[in-house]
This record gives sequence, structure tokens and C-alpha cells, in this order.
Amino acid sequence: MAVHENTTPLVELEGINKIFGGIHALRDAHCRIHAGEVVALVGENGAGKSTLVKTMTGLYQPNSGTIRVKGQAVRLATAKAASEYGITAIHQETTLFEELSIVENIFMGHPRTKPSGLLDWAAMRSEAREHLERVNLDVEPTTLLKQLSLGQQHMVAIARALAEAADVVIMDEPTASLSSNEIEKLYVIIEKLRDLGKGILFISHKFDEVFRIADRYVVFRDGAFVGDGNIAEVTEHDLVKMMVGREVGTVFPKRAVEIGAPLLEVASLSNGIEFKDVSFTLHKREILGFYGLVGAGRSEVMRAIMALSPYPFTGQIRLDGVPANWKICGDAIDAGVVYVPEDRRNQGAILPLSIRDNIALPSMKRLARGIWPDKSAERRLAQEYGRVFEIRAASIEQPVEDLSGGNQQKVVLARWLATNPDVVIVDEPTRGIDVGAKSAVHEALAEMVEQDLSVLLVSSELPELMGMADRIIVMRLGEMVAEFTRDDFSAELIAAYATGARAPQPAREVA
Amino acid sequence: MLNVLKSREALLAASWLALIALAGSITPNFVSIQGLRDLMTDLSILVVLAVAQMIVILIRGIDLSVAANLAFTGMVVALLSVANPGLPTVVWPLVCIVVGAMVGMLNGALIAELQIPPIVVTLGTMSIWRGMIFVISGGSWVVQHQFPEGYLAVPRTQILGLTLFFWIGLTVAAGMWLVMTQTRFGRELYGMGGNPRAAQYAGVRVKHHEFWVYTITGALAGLSGWLWTSRYAMANTDVAAGFELQTVAACVIGGVAIAGGAGTVIGAVFGALFLGTLYNILPVIGVSQFWQQALSGAIILLAVYFNMISRKPPVRRILPLASPQGAGE
Repeated sequence: MAVHENTTPLVELEGINKIFGGIHALRDAHCRIHAGEVVALVGENGAGKSTLVKTMTGLYQPNSGTIRVKGQAVRLATAKAASEYGITAIHQETTLFEELSIVENIFMGHPRTKPSGLLDWAAMRSEAREHLERVNLDVEPTTLLKQLSLGQQHMVAIARALAEAADVVIMDEPTASLSSNEIEKLYVIIEKLRDLGKGILFISHKFDEVFRIADRYVVFRDGAFVGDGNIAEVTEHDLVKMMVGREVGTVFPKRAVEIGAPLLEVASLSNGIEFKDVSFTLHKREILGFYGLVGAGRSEVMRAIMALSPYPFTGQIRLDGVPANWKICGDAIDAGVVYVPEDRRNQGAILPLSIRDNIALPSMKRLARGIWPDKSAERRLAQEYGRVFEIRAASIEQPVEDLSGGNQQKVVLARWLATNPDVVIVDEPTRGIDVGAKSAVHEALAEMVEQDLSVLLVSSELPELMGMADRIIVMRLGEMVAEFTRDDFSAELIAAYATGARAPQPAREVA
Repeated sequence: MLNVLKSREALLAASWLALIALAGSITPNFVSIQGLRDLMTDLSILVVLAVAQMIVILIRGIDLSVAANLAFTGMVVALLSVANPGLPTVVWPLVCIVVGAMVGMLNGALIAELQIPPIVVTLGTMSIWRGMIFVISGGSWVVQHQFPEGYLAVPRTQILGLTLFFWIGLTVAAGMWLVMTQTRFGRELYGMGGNPRAAQYAGVRVKHHEFWVYTITGALAGLSGWLWTSRYAMANTDVAAGFELQTVAACVIGGVAIAGGAGTVIGAVFGALFLGTLYNILPVIGVSQFWQQALSGAIILLAVYFNMISRKPPVRRILPLASPQGAGE
């Protein structure tokens, strides 16, 4: 709000630069947060939002620039220092302790002690109970964290921030794992905090949330500040334009192909724990999208299909009319179904190995002469797919860990498409990669579909799904709640089903 | 948490008592007053070292140099006591704690500051300190008649019918229990072991704590050097060779998660009592020397397996609990 212009901000960042191995993660970044306001920090993946948060909370040291707390220049050398200056964050990744109780999770790093120096468990328990009440979490503070649902755990993280009595609370995509009900509760908490005179930095790329809760916005693009202002004076269209740096209506390289016969048929898949009654049919040359919030059970379904799930399931899977009885992931791969997991660093790329080794890994057997791997055939394969995906590297012998996130993702995709599959399941293929890499991935997928590939595309980015998919299935809490064909895609409706704002569509006959 | 762990510890305590009863039924002498007193005296060293090892394992580390530290410190203090027999006995444990702590600090500095993996560091320092025993002693032994009188007698002093060894073990265990459950430092170690990144985000001084954990473990290993040399009236290069593995085994039997983040002092203590008693009993009940080692190895594996199945990864439910599988069809 404009009234703040003359007051000293709680936190002010000026001219912050942060460089990682030659890549400018933050370039001359600045940002101010005043008492009693909610500032929305918006930007695409890779815009530098998380780096900014980590700089403000003492986890990263900027290469240059000034951080001022209440007008005073400070150095935030550690997380502890930041919290002593009254800055706390609810990070995107899990920052909690599963094996410990709620009480310990709330007070880790800043416990209450008795005069003797020993911990004051009674005080912490009762204080924890108060904080839990404030976030509407009705569980005993001595409950172990691992016994809570993801949403409840997130509420504990918020209670933790409350207990720190910070002046500035940073929330990095706080709604990602919350239900619509819990999101409403969160808004109420944020408003309460604002009325108490706290400054809140709210990071999100969901515009409905930004417009609902924020007073001011700050936009980052490619690590640099591109603009700020009052939310009341901006439209969604303006924000998107600032974020992306070009006119929206992004062109997705979707190509017109003739969709063929049913290929992968999945009928009433349930495992009693993660998903229930999931049925769909993927046709030849079709891109079938799966949308839902984090934790809706989409990846779990895909892992079950690939025989990667630890839990047994009921239901049928048929490939080309033949019942698929895959016992291990290798069976599915041999049958022509491959999976590109969402966590590319841990489940996808083998970081210390070269691009060639990574791409050739599952094709090695096919290319080998007897027990001897054919290095030159592997090299040709890697070069061919390196070209298709526009992998940017010095050579195909470069270790994958030296590549940018986007190029790593291209390597993983190339690896699986190089096996010549009939079906590829891609899970969040463009998460955390830059705009250029994104469109290369989309381009490659479109090209492969033209050459008879069928795709199951799991994504949390609605524009991507709406741009690339022929149909979209929406999942929520482990069940399919809606299905859309390309002609009646509607961002509002799809999001409403995903968040539970709309009751599930009546079960329809799935061809 | 307390319920699960308590039941695990109660089970372990019960099997320990059963083990003693079994031995007593075969060799009644084992459960005589003197027999039990000797047993508790013997077990105290393993208890101290198991507790020391437990805090290291808890923070995802391991200290393979504890036995070498014990032997080195034991030799240092043995040589000192031979050279200065007139000094009061209280000097020796203090010297041991200081020397042991310094040995531990080297581990801590290499691990916390230089970020070298604990298994590598402690394997290295294990060799270093074993080698240093040779260097400072010239390869000769210190044997019973060379020690000053008080050196051997004082730890055997009986208080309430139990030796000072026992009381030292109990004090260390109780003190560590207090630290691990009632102090900020202790609870932050659980945080570091469970989720190191989250601990860092929470403002826990991870490196600082890591350094001090290895230092404390070193100090306790040093204290054990005094206990060992006075118990067995001997110091040489091979003292307590391989004992570091027993300390790890005691922790594992006691339910300390080898991957860190979970485990209790009480568990480690009972793990040590169980394992130590087992080692004491096997010869008494007539198990041949050849089989003792193999049998105790098998028991350790069994304990690890039980530990594993009782610590299944949490099930990440998505579907609400209320709807049973296949409902609606």
C-alpha cells in the first residue's frame, strides 16, 4: 500500500547478486517488505525466487549487495542470524523432522528453557498447543510428525513460524500441498499476521492466490527485478507479461496428428492407500494429460503402472489388448512403456556419468555385441538424440552434473525416447527448467508423437497441459474427478475440480 | 514415540534378564553376588562406549577410532602413572578424559570442518592412534606390577556393594540421558540426524554440534582407557582391538537407527548390557571359543533385522482412511 512509501521497511534488499558457477541466479535484485503488508513475489520457475528467499534467510551469501533490517545494514551469515533479525521462512522443501514430535518440530533451533538451562517441555507443550490452535490443527502436540498428513505437516511448519515470533514471514509456495479448505485457513492466518504488523513475503505462481491475499507485488525474471507495485493497480495479464517478458498466449508446438486405436488401457486401478478406481485409455499418438495438486496421487498411479510402487494394486492394465503383468520396471520397459520421473536429480539422471552413458544406459543391451558394449553405436545414439533435444554441452562425454537443470532434463528424456518406446510417461517434465529448455522439451515431445509415440503427461502447470494434451484427466485425493477433451479445456473449471471447489463429475464411461 | 521405543527397550531389558537367568540356571555361580558384581564391572566399559558411539551414529556418523583412542589413552596414562606413581589417583581419569577429548577433536575437526566422511576419518585416525601406541611405548607392555597401587585399587572400591566401575558407567549413562532428552544440544542432535538440511534451516549450528559430538565421544573413549587399563591391569598396542565394532553392535541391538536420527540412550545402554552379557555367558555355558564369535555375529544380524521390520517407512496415505479398498464397487 502506498502509505508505506515513507516508512522504513522491515527488510530491504538492494543490488543483490548471487552467482553459482558462472550462472547469475540473482542480478541486481531488490525487494522491500514493510510492516503490515503482504508482498507477493512472482516469477517463473528459475526466476530466482528461491535463491532470494535463501539469501534473506541466511542460507546463501550474496556475492554483492546490501541487506537492511529496519534500516540497518546487516550480514545474514547463518539461518540463526536471520532468525535473530526476525526473519523466518516456510520453505518449499520439507524442513521438518519426521521422527520427532510436533513440539520439537516447532521449537527446533529456538527452544524454551528453564533457568537451569534444561528444556522446559511443559512450557513448550502448552505454547505449541496455542500455536496449533491458531492454525486450526486439532492434534496433540506430542504426536509424531510422520503420523500427520502432508497438509497437516505444512500447518506445523506455519505454527513453527508463528512460534519464532518473527517480524518477517516468508512463505515459499505455501499452498502447493494444501487442500482448498486448508488454503482458506492459511489466508485467515496470513491476514491475522498482517494485522499484527508483520511483513509477509508470499511466493506463488497462482494468480488467484496473489490477487486474493497480496497488497503489493514484486516480479522477478531470470534473476532480475522487473517491476513492483500495488496489486490493486495491476491486472493478471500485466503480471504474466512481466513474468514471461513477452506477450502471453504462448505458442505450444502441438502438431495435428491423427489419434489412433486404444493402446494402453487401465481399468479400476486401486491400491487402497494412494489411489482408487483409476481408469483411462491412452490411444496411439495421443497426449493424455494428468492434472492435480501435489499429492493428488498422479505420480503414484504412474509408478504403479511401471511396477515401481511398493504397494500391491488391483485392477487391469492392457497394452495393445494384451494383459500386462509387469513384475518389475524392466518388464514394462521391455514392453515399450517408459517412465521419466519427476525427480530428475535423484530418480532420473545419473549425475557423475557422461551424457553418452546416461542416454545409452537402457539401450546398451540392444546396441551391444554380445557382452561387449558398442561404444561407437552409443555415441551415435547420444549424438542423434542430443540434436533432437538441443542438449547444450561441450561434448557428449561431459558429466551430466555439469549441465543446467534444463539440459539435465533433456538428457533424461532423450535416454528414454532413445529406447524407441510406444508409450512414454513423463512426470513434471518441465519443472524447474528455463523457458528455452521448456520449449525444447515440448518440441521434442510433439515431434515424437508425430512418429507414433503416445504420451501420459503428468504436470502441475496448467498452461503446459492445455497447450500439449489432447485430453486432461483431473485427479484429487487419489481419485479421478473430471475429464476434459481439448475442445472444452477451461483453466477455471480444471482448477476448480483439482482443488475440490467443484464436486467430482459423475463417473463417465471411459472408452 | 515413547510407546514404541519404550516397548522396544522393555523387550530388550527382558531379554537381557532372561539371558542372565539362563546362564544362572546352567552355572549358578554366574548369578551369585560376586558373579553379578563382576558382570556389572565388566559391562561398564561397553556401556560407556556404546553411549559414546550412539550420539555419533545418531547424527549419521560413525566413530571407528573409539577402541584405538581407548588403547592410546590407556597407554599414555599407564606410562604417566608408572613415571609418577606418587600423584593422586584422581589425576588419571582426568588425564584420560583430556587426552581422549583431544583425539576426538581431531576427528571432529576433520569431519565438521573439512567435510571428510566420518568412516574415512575414523578409519584413518584408528590406525594413527594404534600406531602412536607403538611409538610412545616402543612396543613394550605396561603390566600389573608396574602400575601404582591406587591405580588398580581405586576403581575397585565398592559403594553399596558395587564397584566404582559400575557407578561410573551408570553416571555416564544417566548424564548422557539427561543431555539427550533434556537439553537443547541433545534434541538438536536428533534434528541433525533426522533431517540435516532442516536442522540447518532451523538455525542449528550443525558443524559446531558435529565437532562437539566427536569430542565428547573421544572424551568418553579416553575415560574408558582408564577403566580398561585398571580393570585388566595392562596396557599394550593390542588393547581392545576390534572393540569398536562391539560398540556399534550394541547401538544397533539397542535400536539406534544406523542411518541416524532415531535411537535412545536407554536403548544403547541395554544393547550394551545384552551384548556384553552374551559375550560373558558364552564361555560360561560352555560354548566353544570357535563358535563364540560366529554366534554373536548371528545374534547381531538378527537384532538388526528385527530393528528394520519394526521401523517400516511411513505409509504416505492419499486416500482417506475411512474408505476401505474397493469400496463403492
